[in-house]
Amino acid sequence: MATSHSTVNPLDASADHAGHPPELAHHFNDLEQQRLAGTLGMWTFLVTEVMFFGGLFTGYAYYRYKFPDAFIEASHHLDILLGTINTAVLIGSSLTMVLAVQGAQRGNKKQIIGFLAATILLALVFLGIKAVEYHHKWVDHLVPGPAFDFKGQHVDGAQLFYSFYFAMTGMHALHMVLGIGIIAVLIWMAKRDCFSPRSYGAVENTGLYWHFVDIVWIFLFPLLYLIGRHHP
Amino acid sequence: MSTSDHPVISTRAYFSVFGALLVLTALTVVAASYHFGPYNDVIALAIAGAKALLVVTYFMHLRHATGLTRVFVVAGVFWLGLLFVFTFADLVTRTFFIPAT
Repeated sequence: MATSHSTVNPLDASADHAGHPPELAHHFNDLEQQRLAGTLGMWTFLVTEVMFFGGLFTGYAYYRYKFPDAFIEASHHLDILLGTINTAVLIGSSLTMVLAVQGAQRGNKKQIIGFLAATILLALVFLGIKAVEYHHKWVDHLVPGPAFDFKGQHVDGAQLFYSFYFAMTGMHALHMVLGIGIIAVLIWMAKRDCFSPRSYGAVENTGLYWHFVDIVWIFLFPLLYLIGRHHP
Repeated sequence: MSTSDHPVISTRAYFSVFGALLVLTALTVVAASYHFGPYNDVIALAIAGAKALLVVTYFMHLRHATGLTRVFVVAGVFWLGLLFVFTFADLVTRTFFIPAT
């Protein structure tokens, strides 16, 4: 007498209990819907992040419109070489991140862990260079506050520029630190075989977050570092 | 059964995008050293926009994403656009009246 699943123990993860894959959470119809829900959730969060950083960019644009010469003068004290290197480093970390996702798609554990680790490494290089830059700013009295001492024509406008510089790059760096933490957790999960080609949403969606952080920097770099370049 | 009829982007494509991003970065640094007047900003933002588009399309897999996902992304850009447009519509149309002494 054949029955479809009368003697299957629902606690037995190796058997398709109730006829569905073990990675499928019960409130979803199928794995594809589960995957899509996770992706849409992450994109929704990224849209809120777009508005968050968007507010900072709008503030920057507002005050640059009002004090263009001050912003240009202040921008000269940023190190374009370090900024360009950091841009390349971050783009590289996006490459390693997407290759980690590819590893998850292929079920290649070594690829996942290797490229996630490389992503963290590049992120730390970025943060290290940022720390050097921040140190230079502190030593040169360009950190807004009581110690601010700008040796140029537009002192108040320069302090405004550096307020935006530290707020925007600071929030960006904070996002990177959090991202590093999340990626470290992913490495731990990958080591415990939490990912398969059927179910790797956490890796994919962390990738989305990481690429977003890269995109924020892609806009920060020219707007902060390069605006004064063609002015003497 | 693979849940992703999610077509996979090739490794070669990823490296091509990476290369393009580096080239565009170099381009924006070089372009910034020339005087294009008000167009310096336009060029810088256009290059940054192109880089962002590459990242979103290939690294963030939007190329193969569902229509619904793309709607979410466009919505984000749309709302950011509203923020900029309305803020600047106010700012650039302000006039200040200096009272006569």
